[in-house]
Amino acid sequence: MSTATAILETAARRRRHWQDWLVRQVIYLAAVMAISLIVLIFVFVAKEALPVVTSAEVHQEVTLETLFLPQAYGTEEAPLPYVWQPVSAVPKYSLAPLFLGTLKVTLMAMLFATPLAILAAVFTTEFAPTWLRELIKPVVELLAGLPSVVLGFFALIVLASWIQQALGLDYRLNVINAGIALGLAVTPIIYTLSEDALTAVPRSFRQAAYALGASPAQTAWRVVLPAALPGVFAGVVLGFGRAVGETMIVLMASGNAAITSWSFTESVRTLSATIAAELAEVVFGSPHYHVLFFIGTLLFAITFILNWLGARLIGRLRQRLAGAEQ
Amino acid sequence: MIHRLAARLADRTLWALTALAVLVIVAMLAVVLGNIVWHGWERLTWEFLTAAPRVGMTEGGIFPAIFGTVLLVLLMTVFVVPLGVCVAVYFSEYADRDSWLYRWSRQAVNNLAGVPSIVFGLFGLGFFVQFVGRGIDTAVYSGRLTYGQPALIWAALTMAVLTLPVVIVSVEEALRAVPQSYRDASYALGATRAQTVFRVVLPNAFSGVLTGGILAVSRGAGEVAPILFVGAAYFLPHLPTRLNDQFMELGYHIYVLSTQSPDVEATKPLLYTTVFVLLALTFLLNLTAFALRARLRVAAGSGR
Repeated sequence: MSTATAILETAARRRRHWQDWLVRQVIYLAAVMAISLIVLIFVFVAKEALPVVTSAEVHQEVTLETLFLPQAYGTEEAPLPYVWQPVSAVPKYSLAPLFLGTLKVTLMAMLFATPLAILAAVFTTEFAPTWLRELIKPVVELLAGLPSVVLGFFALIVLASWIQQALGLDYRLNVINAGIALGLAVTPIIYTLSEDALTAVPRSFRQAAYALGASPAQTAWRVVLPAALPGVFAGVVLGFGRAVGETMIVLMASGNAAITSWSFTESVRTLSATIAAELAEVVFGSPHYHVLFFIGTLLFAITFILNWLGARLIGRLRQRLAGAEQ
Repeated sequence: MIHRLAARLADRTLWALTALAVLVIVAMLAVVLGNIVWHGWERLTWEFLTAAPRVGMTEGGIFPAIFGTVLLVLLMTVFVVPLGVCVAVYFSEYADRDSWLYRWSRQAVNNLAGVPSIVFGLFGLGFFVQFVGRGIDTAVYSGRLTYGQPALIWAALTMAVLTLPVVIVSVEEALRAVPQSYRDASYALGATRAQTVFRVVLPNAFSGVLTGGILAVSRGAGEVAPILFVGAAYFLPHLPTRLNDQFMELGYHIYVLSTQSPDVEATKPLLYTTVFVLLALTFLLNLTAFALRARLRVAAGSGR
């Protein structure tokens, strides 16, 4: 009898042990999968982009030089060194107008969102009473929860007309319109990270400033904000990354004309919107198809670097504030 | 004296400036929401929610788009929640903080959250449709085009990859809120780590899992760029019934209707109502998640 119980107990223990082992393998496998996903994304997007560099067939239509260097399009009197016109008798694949477009829209968005978000974060952490603070945060989360297609729709149908009338512009859809809509999407990111950084500044910093006779504004502006600066800067960098990659808003609100100019009142086409607008109609495996994946690889690389930079800045903030008394 | 006056002036100015910034943000949100609710509310009828579009999208309803969206996010949830929970469990319960696996997987999840949504669309096309789908066709259907084309299942999987970080962050936060004493008690009773995690820790973090799922659904319902090339269609006469069918989707519907409609003025009222429906859907989901998380934080604060 007692031997039977002992055997059963051993069996149960063994099963438990075996189960424990199996669960551990599954959990570790999940972590490995998380790593492989990001690798797969890069590999499978870059794989389709590779023919732009290696394939002789693709090179008859487009090479790295035509993508990045000035070309002799146009006439002698009116040369057009940078043209994006992939669907035409002579396909032209200059990325310059797209890079310039992305830069202009992103710049506009950052100019709009950065001061707004940082100032709002300062108000939330330094001046607002607790009840108001608990009210502002959900509002910003609500803004962050707005689907980008909804922001794009609003910019296309409503905001564009308002801005055109207010500034008397020739084109409804332009850099200013797309930039402001994009700024609305970026504001919550910069705000949240700035707010986190400001909150992380120890109270002893503020007490020390007050003890030296500083006013609340002096404390906020000259002590707390500088101490939180790496975190605030991380917010700006990550917001920039989001703005560069954001697609639906610029696709709907920018007018999508690939013009090479510095004007903020003309239509504009970004890298991301180019992929979204053209990939559905492109011939599978054509040079155009591979160039669009090449643009995707560039976007991946740009945002990857910006995210890495943002993470490093947050790390620096933690290091700087570590050890100080709360 | 003048010095102190200047300081007071600076105080007031900074206060006013920062308060103004908050006001501007709140006002902008109010204008966007107000505009959409104002124009979208009046045309919202039961018929609009349950009928198919008619007369070139100028009449009828948006039922197929709602159906497609729900199907997409449900399917996505089936993939993303189990994987997200497992990765969160790894981070919170299993990982050795100095191991390469922890550092690399943490880095991977952070980077995944920053990948532009349009790149997910390229990935979905290149990996799921071209590689996995074509592979299945060659292996199972002797090369007949079945899964090697844009389809519901590939869109759901693409969306699952995109929302993975959302689930992980939310579940991990909930797992960390479970008091250490619960784990200690479980071990003291002779439970293994697996038993502790699945019978003690996870049940106590259930609201976090729920929050993660809801936030993922809300995010997935609002994203359009990833599904542009992997299965969304402008108009389909039939509802999708199989995994390799194409589908209509709310966000995609809004995009196409507002950019490619031949008669913008005629479709505008319907368009507004569609935007209102999508907005109501995502906000209800976000609000639920927000309430759940607030409750979780209160519970964690009181030590339970």
